[in-house]
Amino acid sequence: MKVGDVIQFSTKALSGYTVRTLLMILAMAIGVASVILLTSLGEGARRYVTNEFRSLGTYILIVLPGRSETTGGPPPLLGETPRDLTLEDALFLTRNSVIRRVAPITVGSAAVSWKHRDREVTILGSTDALFDIRQLSMARGRFLPAGDPARGSAVCVLGYKLKNELFGNQSPLGEWVRIGDRRFRIIGVLAKKGQSLGLDMGDVAIVPVASAQALFNTSGLFRVLVQANGRDAVPKAKKTILSTIRKRHEGEDDVTVITQDALLSTFDRILLAMTLSVAGIAAISLSVAGILIMNVMLIAVSQRTTEVGLLRAIGAPGGQILRLFLAESAILSLIGAVFGIILAFLGTWGISRAFPVFPITVPVWALGAAVLVALLTGLIFGVLPARRAARLDPVQALSRR
Amino acid sequence: MIRLTGIERTFPVGDETVHALNNVNFTVRKGEYVAIMGPSGSGKSTLLNIIGLLDRPDKGVYTLEDLDITELTDDQQASVRRNKIGFVFQFFHLVPRLSAAENVELPMILAGVDPVERKPRVQAALSSLGLSDRAKHRPDQLSGGQRQRVAIARATIMQPDVILADEPTGNLDRTSGIEVIQILENLHNNGITLIMVTHDPDLGNRANRRVRLVDGRIVTDTGNS
Repeated sequence: MKVGDVIQFSTKALSGYTVRTLLMILAMAIGVASVILLTSLGEGARRYVTNEFRSLGTYILIVLPGRSETTGGPPPLLGETPRDLTLEDALFLTRNSVIRRVAPITVGSAAVSWKHRDREVTILGSTDALFDIRQLSMARGRFLPAGDPARGSAVCVLGYKLKNELFGNQSPLGEWVRIGDRRFRIIGVLAKKGQSLGLDMGDVAIVPVASAQALFNTSGLFRVLVQANGRDAVPKAKKTILSTIRKRHEGEDDVTVITQDALLSTFDRILLAMTLSVAGIAAISLSVAGILIMNVMLIAVSQRTTEVGLLRAIGAPGGQILRLFLAESAILSLIGAVFGIILAFLGTWGISRAFPVFPITVPVWALGAAVLVALLTGLIFGVLPARRAARLDPVQALSRR
Repeated sequence: MIRLTGIERTFPVGDETVHALNNVNFTVRKGEYVAIMGPSGSGKSTLLNIIGLLDRPDKGVYTLEDLDITELTDDQQASVRRNKIGFVFQFFHLVPRLSAAENVELPMILAGVDPVERKPRVQAALSSLGLSDRAKHRPDQLSGGQRQRVAIARATIMQPDVILADEPTGNLDRTSGIEVIQILENLHNNGITLIMVTHDPDLGNRANRRVRLVDGRIVTDTGNS
């Protein structure tokens, strides 16, 4: 029997029972569509997070004091830092050619007060480099002035939310606020930017790093943000930072450098795993469709018993009957998959209309996988009915009217 | 051509086993016209099914054109059925969703005959049985006589050596029954071996040779030589 004839024969058999065939196609289509839609959602989430990371700034390395490594024995309650990461360490890094900018950061919490209002917020101590590294933008005024970072001047920049809470609609520029036990003159207000790596940039006050160190009475830094000269320079920068700090810390490897890429790829992996598990859940609906196909094919076999008997009588071997019924399941699954893909694209279109910010796209591999899985389900669940048909006794099959 | 020796076939019915065929020895030469007769339950149909390779004997040897059938695999048996044997059934057994022409075409599709060659052969077969204008009709749009003629066209399309007819007129009125018998006898006159199961003595008497079965044994055989 020729392949074309098998397809034609099976297609005719399917079109002979319209309602049943349409129901099976619908079940398969829903299964395939849910697989594609859910993977697309997962993929969209991955892209969304990746984009958020990009907005953090480009080619960034984060230097943390202390060494994170696995050692035996009970873990220390706090990261043990035998030596602080100092402002001098940070400034020393700027001398390297692969490093473009360095922003030392001190973090503390203090009350910011103006007249009778005061708010407890996060105080960031940094330099003018932070502006470019974190890609901030100003609503009013200007950012911290360039100058010797070791000398703290009494100026500050407020986050958008903090400014609103303290000043309402008034312009705060030139006003003096009290932060902790010191007074600072407001020179700028940050534009609304939203969250960035868990830190709400609307609810902070930024002061020169030396002022912050004085304020919190510390000589160590919370971390240092380093911007490399380009994407290719990132690994080199990492090496340079480690060796520079080691030299300055008497051969002691006591900082940890995290690259943005490493962070990104970690999140990437997590989200990919999430996408796959969601796709796995969706695959359950596909297997439901498969069971439906099996059921309906079993009914089809018992309804077409005499036909099977006849085919045997006019010279079809058992294997041929098996192939005919398997071809029917396969054709059903494929048609179902095609409709499922159409359904999925309609769904993603709808989602992208409803949530324009969410970057939902159908990944090509999901399409291929969905069709493949649909075909496999059809074939696997088609085997049982097809075998039953192939094993029918022709005499008994024909004795039924 | 067909040689059955010591054929037995038993069916379990409840606790007992029923001998549908009991030590049957039977030979049919090429081009014969044989009527197998007997009361219902005498094993007529079982005998025909065994000759047609739809059923396997429990004991005995069946050779068709010097080929030991009982030793063939499923695929080989299917090939013998496809190329050497044509079936005509009491209930026609046409595929209801296919047109008359498609039903006739079916054996050639299974045999893998080229589509270009199939169409003219189907048309020739249908027109020789006066069914040209019914080619596109489905079985439920045809009369009983027309259905049986489509079935005969299907049985002969692969140009078999033997036609096995199981009560071919059993479901037809008198006139279309006669029509169908005449067509089958025509085939016999053109050299095909015709073996027909019937319980109608009038039909049986038309055959050159009559075999009578009772309780799974051949009791009379007018042409046994």
